Amino acid sequence: MSLLSVKDASFIYSQKTPFQHTAVDHVSFDVEQGDFIGIIGHTGSGKSTLVQMLNGLLKPTSGSVMLDGIDIWDKPKEIRKIRFRVGLVFQYPEYQLFEETVEKDISFGPMNMGLSENEIKERVLNAAQFVGLDTELLQKSPFDLSGGEKRRAAIAGVIAMDPDILILDEPCAGLDPLGRDVLLTQIYRFHQQRGNTVLLVSHSMEDVAAVCDKALVMDHSHLQMIDTCERVFSHGDRLAEMGLRIPQITSIVDSLIDAGFPLQKGTLTVEKAVHDITEYLKKEGRL
Amino acid sequence: MRDITLGQYFPADSVIHRLDPRVKILSLIAYIVLIFCTFNYVSLALMAAVVLMIVILSKVPLKMYLKSLKVIIVIVIITSLLNLFYGTGEPIFQWGFIKVTWAGIHNAIFVCVRIVCLILCSSVLTFTTSPTDLTDALERLMKPLTIFHVKVHEIAMMMTIALRFVPTLLEETDKIMAAQKARGADMESGNLITRVKALVPILVPLFVSAFRRAYELAVAMECRCYRGGEGRTRMKQLHLATRDYLSIVFTLLVIAGVVLLNVFVNITV
Repeated sequence: MSLLSVKDASFIYSQKTPFQHTAVDHVSFDVEQGDFIGIIGHTGSGKSTLVQMLNGLLKPTSGSVMLDGIDIWDKPKEIRKIRFRVGLVFQYPEYQLFEETVEKDISFGPMNMGLSENEIKERVLNAAQFVGLDTELLQKSPFDLSGGEKRRAAIAGVIAMDPDILILDEPCAGLDPLGRDVLLTQIYRFHQQRGNTVLLVSHSMEDVAAVCDKALVMDHSHLQMIDTCERVFSHGDRLAEMGLRIPQITSIVDSLIDAGFPLQKGTLTVEKAVHDITEYLKKEGRL
Repeated sequence: MRDITLGQYFPADSVIHRLDPRVKILSLIAYIVLIFCTFNYVSLALMAAVVLMIVILSKVPLKMYLKSLKVIIVIVIITSLLNLFYGTGEPIFQWGFIKVTWAGIHNAIFVCVRIVCLILCSSVLTFTTSPTDLTDALERLMKPLTIFHVKVHEIAMMMTIALRFVPTLLEETDKIMAAQKARGADMESGNLITRVKALVPILVPLFVSAFRRAYELAVAMECRCYRGGEGRTRMKQLHLATRDYLSIVFTLLVIAGVVLLNVFVNITV
């Protein structure tokens, strides 16, 4: 049984009005325990709507979302429990900070879960550590932090709920290159150390290729592909038709393949490309 | 949150939509005054008919009007009831301290019809006029006030900005609510105090972002050399067309009609 499975789910905004708009159209897929899936797609392809259905913020107009084999809308009154298990970090999460101190803000989620004070403290410290926030920042007002720190504090607020599935919507948007590398590494470590499932919505193919195992491609409200990153990114032409591109290194290797070099399609990282090319050159005796 | 129809623009292609906004505002004022100057059933019926005709001419679905009426239906009922029970004269029905008189019944009917007409009239204006046209027209109409050092342009600009940001802030509220719900915020249950407390996680970020937006907008306006209204020309010039003159004539005829009916028809109440 899959941890999370989406069965023929659709979502229509403003149904039965002139503004009716289908954001997600009959989408089905499964998420297994420990998956790290990148969700990619053009702006307006339905990614954000899709992830909001996964934690019960939006109810599918038709179809269902199952967590551990049980429809999350079976007991609508207990939908909050689902939201604790499926943690969703919105785009620009720093705009939701509201408490007097960073510590209090990170505790908001665990408090709503009704945990004991000691447990909350421990979770806050852990979460802050996970996202790399200094302990001395915890007593500051969230509005005194820098942009990157605010972002990390907000992500810590969701991680502190210790969700089985962590969904991040564009967590790196608007961060500088160093900030995004650090944040991605931290998310990757969170996945590796705790073994939690992570879904990462991103516009950056490089980011997805660097950290995710699988990629899910949305286009015009439809699910186009869900497969390992290697296989998804070996369909450069199809992705280009959807207004997406493949990681630069993948397209360089693809061109080399077209030029007759025996390399592997769907090469995702510079390291692997370097390795393969040196191997080839050594074999040819040119190195 | 999205069901607020009062003050919402509804684009359509109708005569009323095409009228000059200044004419519309002035006519609205005239009609509101007239609605309260109807002293007998005949003139009241004339006003109601005129209002209904304008409503139909506006080509905005009746459903929209009903929606905006829904908001004030309670007020209509309460004021009608109060008028019904506080009439003077011979009671035709008495039960305890409640007494109903003919005068009370007449008053109740008048109040009810007047409020409904009032709301319909104002709805026609906001449904058929885009917010920018509306503030533009207000600025023009208030221009004479500049003699008294009233900063007409600034007031109009503030109104435009306020109206412009209503949908933005609504959207932002939706987003913040979703984000806090994702962290387990519970806004649907609990008593009054817990519910008010539950608003803090929404209001604080909303205010913060409103201030941020205000600051950014101010900077952006200054970057484009905004210096207030002095010497400012406008992209959209307002011109009166034939239909505007026709509508002014029509309004004058309605005024004349109501006055004549008030004077010459003798079914006063």
